[in-house]
Amino acid sequence: MDPAFFFIQFLSGLASASNLFLIACGLTIIFGVTRIVNFAHGSFYMLGAYFAYTLTQQMMALLGDALGFWLALPIAAVAVGLCAVVMELILLRRIYRSHELFQLLATFGVVLIVQDLVQEVWGPEELFGPRAPGFTSFVVIFGFRFPEYQLVLIAAGPLVLGALWLLFNRTRWGTLVRAATQDREMVGALGVNQARLFTGVLFLGGFLAGLAGALQLPVEPANPFMDVNIIAEAFVVTVIGGMGNVLGAFLAALIIAQLQAFGILVFPEITLVLPFLVMALVLVVRPWGLLGKPETSTSHGFAGDRPLRPLSRTQQALVAALIAVLLLLPLVVGEYSQKLALEVFIYALFAFSLNFIMGAGGMVSFGHAAYFGLGGYGAALLVHHLGLNMELAILAAPIAAGLGALLFGWFVVRLSGVYLAMLTLAFAQIVWSTAFQWVELTGGDNGLIGIWPSQWASDRTVYYYLTLLVCGAAIAFLWRASHAPFGYTLRAGRDSTVRADAIGIDLKRHQWLAFALAGTCAGIAGGMFVFSKGNIDPGSLAIPTSVDALVMVLLGGIQTLTGPLVGGAVFHLLEAYILPLTDYWRAFLGAVILVLVIAFPMGLAGFLRDRLTREESAS
Amino acid sequence: MLRRTFLAAAAAVALAAMAFTPGAQAQDSVKVGELFSYARIAAFAEPYRKGWQLAVEEINAAGGVMGGKTLEVISRDDGGTTADAVRVADELVTNEGVDFLFGTFFSNIGLAVGDYAKQKQILFIAAEPLTDALTMAQGNRYTFRMRPNTYMQTKMLVEAARDSGAKTWAIVAPNYEYGQSAAENFKKLLPEIIPGAEVVEEQYPALGKIDAGATAQAILRTNPDGIFNATFAGDLAKFVREGQLRGLFEGRTVLSLLTGEPEYLAPMGAEAPEGWIVTGYPWEQIDTPEHTAFVEAYQATYDDYPRLASLLGYMIPYTIKAMLDEADSTDTEAMVDALKGLEVDTPIGPITMRAIDNQATAGAFVGTIAVEDGQGKMVDWHYADGADYAHSEEEVKAVRPGE
Repeated sequence: MDPAFFFIQFLSGLASASNLFLIACGLTIIFGVTRIVNFAHGSFYMLGAYFAYTLTQQMMALLGDALGFWLALPIAAVAVGLCAVVMELILLRRIYRSHELFQLLATFGVVLIVQDLVQEVWGPEELFGPRAPGFTSFVVIFGFRFPEYQLVLIAAGPLVLGALWLLFNRTRWGTLVRAATQDREMVGALGVNQARLFTGVLFLGGFLAGLAGALQLPVEPANPFMDVNIIAEAFVVTVIGGMGNVLGAFLAALIIAQLQAFGILVFPEITLVLPFLVMALVLVVRPWGLLGKPETSTSHGFAGDRPLRPLSRTQQALVAALIAVLLLLPLVVGEYSQKLALEVFIYALFAFSLNFIMGAGGMVSFGHAAYFGLGGYGAALLVHHLGLNMELAILAAPIAAGLGALLFGWFVVRLSGVYLAMLTLAFAQIVWSTAFQWVELTGGDNGLIGIWPSQWASDRTVYYYLTLLVCGAAIAFLWRASHAPFGYTLRAGRDSTVRADAIGIDLKRHQWLAFALAGTCAGIAGGMFVFSKGNIDPGSLAIPTSVDALVMVLLGGIQTLTGPLVGGAVFHLLEAYILPLTDYWRAFLGAVILVLVIAFPMGLAGFLRDRLTREESAS
Repeated sequence: MLRRTFLAAAAAVALAAMAFTPGAQAQDSVKVGELFSYARIAAFAEPYRKGWQLAVEEINAAGGVMGGKTLEVISRDDGGTTADAVRVADELVTNEGVDFLFGTFFSNIGLAVGDYAKQKQILFIAAEPLTDALTMAQGNRYTFRMRPNTYMQTKMLVEAARDSGAKTWAIVAPNYEYGQSAAENFKKLLPEIIPGAEVVEEQYPALGKIDAGATAQAILRTNPDGIFNATFAGDLAKFVREGQLRGLFEGRTVLSLLTGEPEYLAPMGAEAPEGWIVTGYPWEQIDTPEHTAFVEAYQATYDDYPRLASLLGYMIPYTIKAMLDEADSTDTEAMVDALKGLEVDTPIGPITMRAIDNQATAGAFVGTIAVEDGQGKMVDWHYADGADYAHSEEEVKAVRPGE
């Protein structure tokens, strides 16, 4: 083989590594200090590219090509940093007292709004930025042409890494950031103004994301898909490196980019799944990433949690009334409303199963869609390939999902915190890419169609009652499990691993079983889902589906059992009713989420519970 | 307590009933449901919407359909996922009581809605989905398609390269159904049309995530005579910039799907890749009276130039009108029977809805890209009639399920 070619390929890899690093380092700094899982980081990156587009247009005309261009990039980055500050001041600051993950919900709302905002301001078509003045041509390296600007990118990564090192090791502010990354409660106790520190960190993170986006402009046109295309990979790099570790992010970016550059020579389809494969492998071997350290903070946001109590008389009456309403509903509403309602049951079960591991187990999953989709595919494959009817095929849903959860869960429960969450994401992405790529079996991204209920259940009302029965039974079962000794054991382990260990509880085994149980129930939801839609495609396994489940749980309130049910209903109905109203339904949905986040920092059900207990104690 | 609970339950039922009551129905109109990924793929969706809205206005101004009824289109965002789209389709059918459906952009959504149409026995005219499966392996009696599919467009390009002399080829295609089936078709058609030609390199970057430098270099390594490209939009832009600087396209024949469509060509400006053989839509150069009238009406209404999606959107209501006038009924079976084999006049000439596979014979324009006045345009183009490139009757019979 030609060594010159390999060297060039290596250089190409370095250039993409730089880009990945620039995005991921901001993310890792923000997470390290504030513990915010910032979904909006991709939006910052995209804004960076758009700001740079507008600024280069204006400034190159005003100041000449070279000066205008090279001045526009940092200004664009600063502008993005200021956007991040605004987000921190008016949004995140209000909810620091909520559950840690609640901020994720807020940033998700921001993502939706920015998506529509960008299309409104800059239009939906991609915008070509100028090539970088001074670096528009190529150099010849060992007989191969290599774009000059790629060399600029290659240099940008290490330069930023060096600058960050100086900032963190040579300034007081940087020292505080490092201290807060290690133990932010201690830093707070020592009298450091946390609010100001957080604002500063958000600015830095936003600035770096904006810079990455701006530097990308000469390579890639600014387009409204930049945020979703980059955000998952950015998280992967951050996690592989070790959350909060900048050097780790650099190493991880390097590894991913080089594997990508050389991987496509051998196996061109690898592009879909490679980063997630690497992440899964790294996390299995090193549970805290390459250079990360075990998390010292034990706070998981359940500080104010109350013990589970059996339902009071009032609550029992409410549940009975709700069941009566649901049983009577088909008598008064039409076909479409029944469809909507039965979808609510499915999503309620999906969210409830997620909350079983999140709320009771303290294990956050970013990949719960895997089990929803496995259930759906399990049933659909039997119908499609073996021609089985619904009654038999649907049995495969919990089995496929349960086996998947059993397998992945074994690895997952060995981790904790955000690493655990990211490993679930990695597994979900591996399942997703399998469904996506294995066209002969799964139909690829076209999916499988023609998966309809048997004749007797194809009537809408019959299927409504069937869904109500199946999902209701599964929810009741998980509800019971939460109140059983098994559920209490899980909660014990969540609140103190050490004490649970000390009294002889095999916590890993309990967590593993809980994970499998939750997966099984998500699979039931997936099975009911596929027969209600008539088709399934990899979208059911993809990140947005996992995010939807998270949003439902958080919206409803993670600390209550009813939360995910309320959240599932509210989120799904919101989406269904907002969708036909306006082209800007995403921004609308995002805005509603933000309002709910700020108004109900304990989630909707948490809010209701607080009101209810207050009333009861008053009377 | 019990009484309060009962009252609350009754109130909730009443509320739910109120919230879910569908609107009143108009008598003298034909209600049509339309769904499309408006938010997710806005660059395509806006021109498409302008296209069909213009046609609907024209039709209603000229007396409507079926001897005087107005054509009423109820339009929805399909949410960009199959799960949302099937629900939206159901809402249009069961709640709004539309007589039939048209629209959709993504292939998986087109297939899912097509399958819903089959299950519900509702007519559905797919607008944009490219996947061959929609009219072939997974086709059904109730689903029709306006746009030339991947197979047809790929075949047009391969034929255009017949005289290029290129023997060894590299493929670059986004790693999802459209790209995979474009590559599949290319590999099948290449040796049939250009004897002795072979594919020596295949690259499948993930959609929206092309590592352009590494991909360009991987192709350079095998030094092919020609490149077949199916990437578009942002991926294509990155690939073109990297490829040009690395000399990837010099002295090579490049075939590229969709690149000549104004949606993708216009944003590239002066960087449009000269010499590429592409499918597209040179709207400013087509001077038949029908097409000129369309462009003038479009520009007068919207103060914007038409994209390919505009043309496509514009053709659908006229197809619907022809179908309704022919069937003189909104009975689904009557409409399907009328649509099969129906001939419709469009700005790009008459097209036929093929009876054997429900695929319209609308074609595409094939030409070479040149840059003039800082803007890419198609030159030496010709219209490739879809009737000449669609699957043969034997091919259809072999894979399409019977009705």
